[in-house]
Amino acid sequence: MSVALPVDAQQSSSLWGDAWWRLRRNRAALAGLIFLSVIVVVALLTPLLAPYAYEEQRLALGASGPSAAHWLGTDVLGRDMLTRIMYGGRVSLLVGFVATAVALLIGVLYGAVAGYVGGRVDAVMMRFVDILYALPFMIFIILLLVIFGQSMLLLFIAIGAVEWLTMARIVRGQVQNIRRQEFVEAAVSMGLGPWTIIRRHVIPNTLGPVIVYTTLTIPSVMLLEAFLSFLGLGVQPPQSSWGLLISYGVETMEEFPWLLVYPGLALTLTLFALNFLGDGLRDALDPQSASGRGGS
Amino acid sequence: MQKINRGSRFNKSVRVGVLLCLLCTVIVAGGCGSGESNVASGNREGILYWGNGAEPQELDPHIVTGVPEHYILIALLEGLVQKDAATLQPQPAVAERWRLSADGRVYTFTIRASARWSNGDRLTAHDFVWSWMRALTPKLGNAYAYMFNPIVNAQAYATGELTDFSAVGVKALDDLTLQVTLDNPTPYFLQLLDHYSMFPVHRATIEKFGSIGEAGTVWTRAGNYVGNGPFALRQWDLNKKVIVEKNLLYWDAENVRLSGIHYFPTENLTTEERMFRAGQLHRTSEVPVGKLDFYREQQPDSLRIAPYLGTYFYRFNTRLPHLADVRVRKALAMTVDREAIVEHVLRGGQQPAYSITPPDTLGYTASSDLRYDVLAARELLAAAGYPDGAGFPPVDILYNTFEQHRKIAVAIQQMWKQALNIDVTIRNQDWKVYLDTQANGNFQIARAAWIGDYVDPNSFLDMWIADGGNNRTGWSDPDYERLVSDEAPSAGSVEQRYAILGEAESILLDAMPIIPIYHYVSIHLVHPSVKGLPGNLLNNPNFKHIYLQAEPAAP
Amino acid sequence: MRFIASRLLQAIPVLLVVITATFFLVRAAPGGPFSADRAVSPQVIKALNERYQLDQSVWQQYAAYMTDLARGDFGPSYKYPGRSVNEMIFGGLPATAELGLYALLVAVGIGLCAGLLAGLRPNTGQDYVPMTIAMLGICMPAFLLGPLLVLVFGMRLEWLPISGWGDLPGDKVLPSLTLGAAYAAYIARLSRAGLLEVMSQDYIRTARAKGLAEWRIVSRHALRGALMPVIAFLGPAFAGLLAGSFVVETIFQIPGLGRFYVQAAFNRDYTMIMGTTIFFSVAIVLFNLLSDILATWLNPRLRLALRKGSGT
Repeated sequence: MSVALPVDAQQSSSLWGDAWWRLRRNRAALAGLIFLSVIVVVALLTPLLAPYAYEEQRLALGASGPSAAHWLGTDVLGRDMLTRIMYGGRVSLLVGFVATAVALLIGVLYGAVAGYVGGRVDAVMMRFVDILYALPFMIFIILLLVIFGQSMLLLFIAIGAVEWLTMARIVRGQVQNIRRQEFVEAAVSMGLGPWTIIRRHVIPNTLGPVIVYTTLTIPSVMLLEAFLSFLGLGVQPPQSSWGLLISYGVETMEEFPWLLVYPGLALTLTLFALNFLGDGLRDALDPQSASGRGGS
Repeated sequence: MQKINRGSRFNKSVRVGVLLCLLCTVIVAGGCGSGESNVASGNREGILYWGNGAEPQELDPHIVTGVPEHYILIALLEGLVQKDAATLQPQPAVAERWRLSADGRVYTFTIRASARWSNGDRLTAHDFVWSWMRALTPKLGNAYAYMFNPIVNAQAYATGELTDFSAVGVKALDDLTLQVTLDNPTPYFLQLLDHYSMFPVHRATIEKFGSIGEAGTVWTRAGNYVGNGPFALRQWDLNKKVIVEKNLLYWDAENVRLSGIHYFPTENLTTEERMFRAGQLHRTSEVPVGKLDFYREQQPDSLRIAPYLGTYFYRFNTRLPHLADVRVRKALAMTVDREAIVEHVLRGGQQPAYSITPPDTLGYTASSDLRYDVLAARELLAAAGYPDGAGFPPVDILYNTFEQHRKIAVAIQQMWKQALNIDVTIRNQDWKVYLDTQANGNFQIARAAWIGDYVDPNSFLDMWIADGGNNRTGWSDPDYERLVSDEAPSAGSVEQRYAILGEAESILLDAMPIIPIYHYVSIHLVHPSVKGLPGNLLNNPNFKHIYLQAEPAAP
Repeated sequence: MRFIASRLLQAIPVLLVVITATFFLVRAAPGGPFSADRAVSPQVIKALNERYQLDQSVWQQYAAYMTDLARGDFGPSYKYPGRSVNEMIFGGLPATAELGLYALLVAVGIGLCAGLLAGLRPNTGQDYVPMTIAMLGICMPAFLLGPLLVLVFGMRLEWLPISGWGDLPGDKVLPSLTLGAAYAAYIARLSRAGLLEVMSQDYIRTARAKGLAEWRIVSRHALRGALMPVIAFLGPAFAGLLAGSFVVETIFQIPGLGRFYVQAAFNRDYTMIMGTTIFFSVAIVLFNLLSDILATWLNPRLRLALRKGSGT
């Protein structure tokens, strides 16, 4: 039983086409996108690209500055910094993407259901979100990580649990709007089940804001991970992340500045790129803010 | 819209204005510059700025357990005897002299008549009897009550088996004479007397704020505190600093040269080092490893490294089948390249350890056959049934979360892989979890350390008896226990005693329930103007003899 | 105001959940408050457990704790036996509150200025430069910015003290800047967006048409637009500032609450963990409420909407 497409195909292509056209005009966003693509590809291919093995240490070499053999120098255990930053980036990005995906999954489903069903269910569900907003989450995350040990899984869940709330709110608002629109009412009148309607009509139409918010959530998650790593609660050695590398780098930033500068640059630039891309996407996808306002 | 705006326009501009003004204030306050450094003003006024490592838990000598507390308590209180800061030989303190009976079991201390509490009260032998009774009161929960164990019946009183303190071997014969009776001649007994658990406390003050078995009363606050040490507590700002000033009623006040000490709870080593460099501290509690080379090259005068009475080692869980075999334990111990660890990972001049007792512990040096020998180790492992590591179960190293421990574990992981071809995993746990895991025997190999309570091999050897709470390896040996618990205490001479203890240590090293890795050093940054602070094995300063003398051209 | 009362009432179950969850969570954690490297004799452990009623059942402990809490007593600290948790919290509070206040001032002051500058001349250099700096502020974590500021202003230029709080003149500057920077950046972005929103409204056009001077238009009408999103942001920002204070207090050796919290968790200082958690929760709830009230007070339309009881 084929129904009218959620969004008319032609309209869709022009919407996304317009968005892409607008995004391409935004040089900062485009640069961000390119930079990110490079970082992601490098992260994926790190085991092939990394100049040295991850755990390889040359105690006798110690910390040495950038050189032909070690482009970004070595740390105090004689480990190649480029290799460490590449592997650290894998972890940082992984945490960023996976925790955001957790948030995305919970937030979109929750928000879509609340917004679609509406009425009392909506009121109760959103009140619950309000209550969770009031919880001191950072404190709980710290407590959980201290008490139950620092594992990646816990990190994903803990961060995802914080970040889904805003996502749920955004999706709910969007869904409420869409639900009132004609094609959805038409679908309802044609006797489609609510689940099908959510899946076929509502979710695709909320994609824009969700993409924007996701792009902006990833950097805040990565920052959160870095912050937790600084407190000694994030990723644990021998694994490493940019946040952890920075916190080691801080200790010796005067003698061996490259141990701080390069991981710091990697993190800051990636966050920069993600934020610019997010802003660009917002401008491109959100009709209300599309009038050429760069920042949010 | 206009209406609404008019209503709050004034408020709004005022608010913004106020915010901006306050901001400017913050920035202008910053522009004033930092003025004279602590070190410069301290050198002039005789104030020592001391990086103390952490906020003291308490200033009650019978409650606390840590090193930061130690540094404050030795300024505020004084025991019967103290150690010379350079030689660690016992010196008169509250006791002006003492006599030891011929059988070496009865000490008679003569308290100096000039000893005073900081409120002017006389300090008598009765103060010691009461203080020690308090230190042993079970309800108080003094973790260091075991320091009194050499004294007759002290342990029985501390465990509550004995409730009559008069049966304990501590008597005040008169106001100025204290008699202490020991179970066995204990050559290191005098050394225990300047441990803070044996310091006297002021009875009237404590009873004013609580009972004898009550912990955590406010008697330790500035204003309430009554001590007998060279300094008196003036200020204790939570998490900020502790200030002590010269105690004019101290019996030897004329020889106290500092007019005060400021202790800072410097938890962050990086910050502490920066404070030192900015002239805010005379002395740091530690030095970040990454900074060692900088100071070696740039300011060697400031870097103070001294041997420290402690050993870093790994415990084997000998209850596990594959680690129950002494050949396996030996093979593993023989393939730890201690020289490499010391030189490349630690970099602070630590000594490779081949025995549990640090060498030259008051004349005692253990003889050890342990050496780095890959070939012999491979043979041992093969003899144990694992030629070239074949079939050897994966080994797990447990350590508490700390960068230095991790580096060592990683290094050893590689050494064992290369030398013996066995797979090693490393596992870190948060401190409290690690303690639990170790106590429950839920580990294979665990990182550990031991710092001697007093300078005597016994402090490192009596922990390996079967029911010793610090053993945790599951290893025991009746011969070892007989030597340490029975024969050594009743030995006739120092030489004989050391020979017995040496024999015991050989048994221990032959069974190898532990892997000694390195002997500690104490590492501090000390400003060159600080005089009278020689390094020693116990890292024990004597604030009484410290003075500050600015160099003409200080760096 | 009914609105405030109902929000406060809503906060009570939230806090109860927080308290109960924390209470059982810390006791479920491996490792006790009195375990130590040097074996502690069973008698000592027994004495300590008795002293803090840890020998009773968890439910008895919970009941006792809640009873004390109802009286405003957080109990004694386990790690610092001579101190009550109340004393520790109120001892650390002034420094943390002061740090938070200055950081907020830095954030609002610099953020608003930058945001207004940028928003008045969108898509010019006056827009791009502050906004790029703001983005940098957002992307640079405090534990990177703090040491860098110390390195430059403390160690190289020697303009400012590098640690302490209220000991040396100017020692509050670097911590406040470090903590406030990220929020200044957010506020700059928020106020710029708010300003742009307002400037496109009809009444501004009317005002312009009436020939009002530009600065009067801005100061009379546009500022409100710039402030609105900023004020709504202050509540969440406060929670973030508290978390940030953990890092800043450690870097700058500040005797505040944040340092205690992380330490308490590591030390298994049950009562201290509970006390700080409850304290922070209450503070966050109150700040969110305050921020909502401010936003309502400044925006009558929102006030109306809230009266009608909208979900979000």
